[in-house]
Amino acid sequence: MNAFKIIVLAKQVPDTRNVGKDAMKADGTVNRAVLPAIFNPEDLHALEQALRIKDQFPESIITLLTMGPVRAAEILREGFYRGADDGILLTDRAFAGSDTLATSYSLSCAIKKIKDFDIIICGRQAIDGDTAQVGPQVAEKLHIPQITYCEEIQAIDKKKITVKRRLERGVEVVECALPVLITVNNSAPHCRPRNAKRLMKFKHATTMSKHQETGGDYLATENANTHLSIKEWGISNIDCEHAQLGLAGSPTKVKKVDNIVFQSKESKRIDDFDEDISLLMKELIDSHIIG
Amino acid sequence: MNNVSVYCELEEGKIADVSFELLSKGRTLANQLNCKLEAYLFGHKLDGFEKELAPYGVDILYKADDAHLSPYTTLPHTSVMVGLFKENKPQVALMGATTIGRDLGPRVSSALGSGLTADCTELEIGEHEEKKEKKIYNNLLYQIRPAFGGNIIATIINPDCRPQMATVREGVMKKVIYDLKHKCEVVNVDAKKYFDETDFAVKIIERHIEESKINIKNSPVIVSGGFGVGSKENFQLLHRLANLLGGEVGATRAAVDAGFVEHERQVGQTGVTVRPKVYIACGISGQIQHLAGMQESSIIISINNDANAPINKIANYVINGKVENVVPKMIKYFKENSK
Repeated sequence: MNAFKIIVLAKQVPDTRNVGKDAMKADGTVNRAVLPAIFNPEDLHALEQALRIKDQFPESIITLLTMGPVRAAEILREGFYRGADDGILLTDRAFAGSDTLATSYSLSCAIKKIKDFDIIICGRQAIDGDTAQVGPQVAEKLHIPQITYCEEIQAIDKKKITVKRRLERGVEVVECALPVLITVNNSAPHCRPRNAKRLMKFKHATTMSKHQETGGDYLATENANTHLSIKEWGISNIDCEHAQLGLAGSPTKVKKVDNIVFQSKESKRIDDFDEDISLLMKELIDSHIIG
Repeated sequence: MNNVSVYCELEEGKIADVSFELLSKGRTLANQLNCKLEAYLFGHKLDGFEKELAPYGVDILYKADDAHLSPYTTLPHTSVMVGLFKENKPQVALMGATTIGRDLGPRVSSALGSGLTADCTELEIGEHEEKKEKKIYNNLLYQIRPAFGGNIIATIINPDCRPQMATVREGVMKKVIYDLKHKCEVVNVDAKKYFDETDFAVKIIERHIEESKINIKNSPVIVSGGFGVGSKENFQLLHRLANLLGGEVGATRAAVDAGFVEHERQVGQTGVTVRPKVYIACGISGQIQHLAGMQESSIIISINNDANAPINKIANYVINGKVENVVPKMIKYFKENSK
């Protein structure tokens, strides 16, 4: 029987869709503390595609890989609740300040350590940067083909995968031999909800550092309940060149960040009384701006 | 060597608008940097395209004509581009932030170990001082884009890596003819030289091109709604006003994400950039990513019950009230009084 080894790349992101008024501090910087951290939406679409392969071929194994601070383990648990088999948190101070290229390099080193895979699936882009670069860059670093903008994996066997892509102006169906990296669009189906049994089973899954922090007996945990631990890898766990990591490994630098001060226009302010709106509309029609 | 380069994208046998826009911007940058403007065109049956490109100020056109390059697939285009960039060493490389540019750009940047900034809204030339190393960099490309969170604009630079790569969305830069008699040298590239046998791994088995029915880019009037409009049903009001005024409905990203309207209607940095005669912003607070896509509208009317909404600062008219009260009144007056 066919079974596939699938790696899903995911990112924990601040929920920029729910930016409230207190999201900006008085000095114009972002107040990250008030923004909830979520599973990047398109990465959930990617997980769903992986789960659908597993539905069809139950022996398949889905490994969720994320890079971020220790609290990013939250999204690995979220992935467990929905059906992922394994979770790896790539975390190290040395990764701080990574741009897309340094991020892709670090992820590709972790994937080389996982070694055995047929398909890598990730979201097209993350909502905090919208760059859509990490997927293709990871594929390039691993020297495997990429299929971007996937809406549906239509068929898969050991020889090849058939993917429907959603483009700006139409659709394209492509096929490719494995291994391959696929980035999934937001037009793909939403991820299934959490499974109650899995939620009970994995809700205490933690990383080793978190476990030690809370004073747990990590030896006992490690031996008795392996499903309760999330793998935590730092730079000592992967084979990588330190010069290519983090800020130093990032060719792009932020030169400056400006707050926007718009040139205030002389704006005409009116209320929503009938007469006021009628006068405005009359003015617009008379000056041929509308009509 | 050390020129400004633009990847010219083909859409069903025609050069995409965004490529002309980037050539126009590239010409300005090349003049500032005192270097040449290069265009890269990869596809099949490319005779005569130099006549279309030359007026935009292209000095050298690198043309790779090969059946494997059409329709577009990632790896063959990457190989040719990476190969040519290694030989020609451009200092700046621009491409459209389209489905093709966003597929090709990161792959090329990774292969070259070069930085890439997505969705820039401005490109400028400037200098940079690295204080720790006391090093001054001249003539860097400032890649300017709104960044996370709303009220900030980030200027990104690639001090040490070349080319300095950036993608730009369609409509952000202006398409300007440079010189109708501009001379363009054509270099015919032998694409086969750059292909690797593994480049043909992905095969297209079906293509189905559909013209998008929604095109708000060239609409003279845009009635746009934010998350505050509240529902798909409430957006119908905006559709009615837009129809009456001969315009289109636009939306913020939040409204699109909430499923109120189709994503083709999204105005802003990651959507469409528009410059209509009138932009009526309904319940839009005015995050910078949205403003980046509409601030050059001739007349901006903001309807908002928050008198302090940031968009009000750039509006010509501010109507202080609820969308569901104001829009019907506008519809009523217009129906009664238009000729």
